[in-house]
Amino acid sequence: MQSIRTSRMAKPNPKITPELVAEHGLAADEYRLLTAVLGREPSLTELGIFSVMWSEHCSYKSSRVWLRQLPTDGPQVIQGPGENAGVVDLGDRQAAVFKMESHNHPSYIEPYQGAATGVGGIMRDVFTMGARPIANMNALRFGAPDHQKTRHLVAGVVSGIGDYGNCMGVPTVGGETNFDPRYNDNILVNAMCVGLVDTSRIFKSAAKGVGLPVVYVGSKTGRDGIHGATMASAEFDEASAEKRPTVQVGDPFTEKLLLEACLELMQEDAIVAIQDMGAAGLTSSSVEMADKGQVGIELDLDQVPTREETMTAYEMMLSESQERMLMVLKPGAESAARRVFSKWGLDFAIVGRTTDTGRLVVRHGGVLQADIPLSALAHAAPVYKRPWTRKPAPVATAPEDVPAPNSLLGALEDMMGSPHLCSRAWIWEQYDHMVMADTVQRPGGDAAVVRVHGTEKGLAISCDVTPRYCAADAHEGAKQAVAECWRNLTAVGADPLAITDCLNFGNPERPEVMGELVEAIEGMAEACRALSFPVVSGNVSLYNETNGIAIPPTPAVGGIGLIPDIREMARIALERDGDALILVGAEAGHLGQSLYQEIITGRAEGAPPPVDLASERRAGDFVRALIRQGRVSAVHDVSDGGLLVAVAEMALPGGLGVELDAAPQGLPAHAVWFGEDQGRYVASTAPGEIAHILADAAKAKIPVRVIGSVAGDALKLPGEAPLSLAALRSVHARWLPHFMGGS
Amino acid sequence: MKASVIIFPGSNCDRDAAVALQAAMGTPPAMVWHGDAELPASDLIVLPGGFSYGDYLRSGAMAAHSPVMREVVKRARAGTPVLGICNGFQVLTEAGLLPGVLMRNASLKFICKDVHLRVERKDTLYTRRYAEGEVVRFPIAHKDGSYFADDETLERLEAEGRVAFRYCDMQGRVTAEANPNGSRNSIAGIYNDTETVLGLMPHPERLADPVLGGTDGTKMFRGLVESIAA
Repeated sequence: MQSIRTSRMAKPNPKITPELVAEHGLAADEYRLLTAVLGREPSLTELGIFSVMWSEHCSYKSSRVWLRQLPTDGPQVIQGPGENAGVVDLGDRQAAVFKMESHNHPSYIEPYQGAATGVGGIMRDVFTMGARPIANMNALRFGAPDHQKTRHLVAGVVSGIGDYGNCMGVPTVGGETNFDPRYNDNILVNAMCVGLVDTSRIFKSAAKGVGLPVVYVGSKTGRDGIHGATMASAEFDEASAEKRPTVQVGDPFTEKLLLEACLELMQEDAIVAIQDMGAAGLTSSSVEMADKGQVGIELDLDQVPTREETMTAYEMMLSESQERMLMVLKPGAESAARRVFSKWGLDFAIVGRTTDTGRLVVRHGGVLQADIPLSALAHAAPVYKRPWTRKPAPVATAPEDVPAPNSLLGALEDMMGSPHLCSRAWIWEQYDHMVMADTVQRPGGDAAVVRVHGTEKGLAISCDVTPRYCAADAHEGAKQAVAECWRNLTAVGADPLAITDCLNFGNPERPEVMGELVEAIEGMAEACRALSFPVVSGNVSLYNETNGIAIPPTPAVGGIGLIPDIREMARIALERDGDALILVGAEAGHLGQSLYQEIITGRAEGAPPPVDLASERRAGDFVRALIRQGRVSAVHDVSDGGLLVAVAEMALPGGLGVELDAAPQGLPAHAVWFGEDQGRYVASTAPGEIAHILADAAKAKIPVRVIGSVAGDALKLPGEAPLSLAALRSVHARWLPHFMGGS
Repeated sequence: MKASVIIFPGSNCDRDAAVALQAAMGTPPAMVWHGDAELPASDLIVLPGGFSYGDYLRSGAMAAHSPVMREVVKRARAGTPVLGICNGFQVLTEAGLLPGVLMRNASLKFICKDVHLRVERKDTLYTRRYAEGEVVRFPIAHKDGSYFADDETLERLEAEGRVAFRYCDMQGRVTAEANPNGSRNSIAGIYNDTETVLGLMPHPERLADPVLGGTDGTKMFRGLVESIAA
């Protein structure tokens, strides 16, 4: 145990009371552990530092033991979890750097700034590693449309995401949005960023070397965001709106300068380690860099650029002011670095040195404010194997037990006009999705595709999870999220490479919520292994819960895939009159937890559709090969809403109608057209190609059947009045702008 | 031919403009930092899109007063062609090289989508490859794109044929529905009085490559290079 240097230690002021400990989100036994590892009572600054480092948000204390199950390796993986973002090889000495992160709690309290700083934070994670961000995505869950806060939250979140990404000049190329009353009091804002880096210039956060300068760059430190990480580790209650001051304020212009300055300095041989100041700001960045480099670190807070003169050490260590970075430089690199940052008009200050003590030592005003062994902060955080219960698997619903609609096309019209399936153009038109001039597939398809600049290669990106499936069965739902992401990447012709995840759950101290987390991780791990689709980065967001009511388990998955030649990719829009439409994959008419149930019968019954991972892989590999061989043109996966919705989504963008054949015998027609069986694709192909495709499919034991042909300007089903695309388009386009317009 | 693309802090379409210029010229343009003392000899100066100085104060207002702009204004007045795209158009109005101002979109929202434009004249440096009245498709991506000028200025612009592009529908009809941002007279771009300076809100450089879904922008860059060479 280290000696206590109380003579030079700032007075613990105020006195550390049990109430103060509780306010810092530390349990009584956690505080006992703290005093044990420290060997004494902490100062207030030290208490603050421990509270953020040991928060759920930073320490993963509830999820850590389970996250180990996720596969993180593969020949394509250059960097798995543990750095600022994951890195995957793209060949030709280039790599993709990507991560998804939640900003749920702040976005509910202050939607514009909460969402904006979520985007800013995830981009910093990516360019910290030396990558230029080339695409953003987001996965948003809002409450019911008729909830009083929903419109305000949608408007704020969308403009916050847009204003930040637009100013940065990084295209926001897509995402997904759900409305569900279970998110009424806890919305989810998950932001993903993908960057491109030369494999020889990947930067990491280990501060190896003693006596090196620790440099602070970017914006000045203010009082915003103090305790953001702790807020993100607690439930909401009626008083949560009072937490607005803990939400950070974003400045995308400064971040754009920070991006350019960092990338410019990274061209020189100056940086040993770099870490962005995100959650828990200066505390977390300095602890992580020093701990990974197995050194100590001394900080002189008098050197930290501040917005206000009277900030205390406590405030400076816990501030989550945005657009800041901490770097450890090579000896003698200070002046070169200072030159670059002053060119870009950014603050640059040497705030400390690395040491050989293994301790975090913080001084302010010449007074010692904190002196803590780094291992205590980084590794001594409690790890909980919290009690959990497994929910009984729901009973599957037989297709016959779900009532049929009066008209299939009438049901389709209702579904396409619903909040769940209507056009999201109102959202993505507020995002600059074309800047950088490499967006080769814009929002609205299965996956967005951005060209790898200066090459013929494309990166496909998709974000997926179906919360209603996860609510019914977290294991199958999480499996499905991974499979659907893999499928979406496959549908544009990409080889799926790897995923990042955002595990959004309720309060893990409740065994049923902990059970959802455990089961979801199991399901994800199973799917990742079967599809060779490892997890390379991600985050966990717990306590998405208000007054004891939790969100549905929402393991959001963000995946990337590589298209070797973008001239060979597939798109969602039907292109040629007279083409045949084929369905790839097995049909079972699963209507459990389907959108058909939710929208048409108003129920949410049964088990979600199971995912057979072996069939999933076979069907996907088959479709990808057809795309690469140029044997199919338009391709779309079958997901929310089932087959008829998939066909409609292919018809609308190209303005080409479809004449569909009658559903095959053996299943009710509405189960065929609206069942959400997994592992399926619709593709269009020249009529002369059909016999060959059917023969190849039979050989590969993959069910394929012809479902109709491209013709006219309406959707037609035998025995029903045609549904014109003009009518369908207007229904599909109407709901969201109408709702946001206040009606 | 030598072109220069000016980079302000916060510019973000500088690379996109450079790619389109290089495709048209065969050589890369010079990338000029706003703080650089010297502007190289240039046959064409491009002010790219983005958020110069974060669009703080007013879009383009601070960039208009950056050191390099004094030289840009001098060259423009001496006849060097200057093309301002999106934020570049905003900078040109703030610098006094073009009349009017770009105000917040009527919807108050950022809008990113393809729009149709009618090419009002084909006899300028920029438009020789287009047909008169041709309808082209360019993307827009802006929050402050609503062109405003007083009645007298508008009348003068119209009378002198200085409206370069107008928002229209697919058939070339100039309608309220086809006006994405509330611009007066559906103006998307204007010339100075010698037609050497062009400012426009839409982004020709974003549809100048078939793989991006269109090449209507290519004609502007190619035509411009031909005009300057001629």
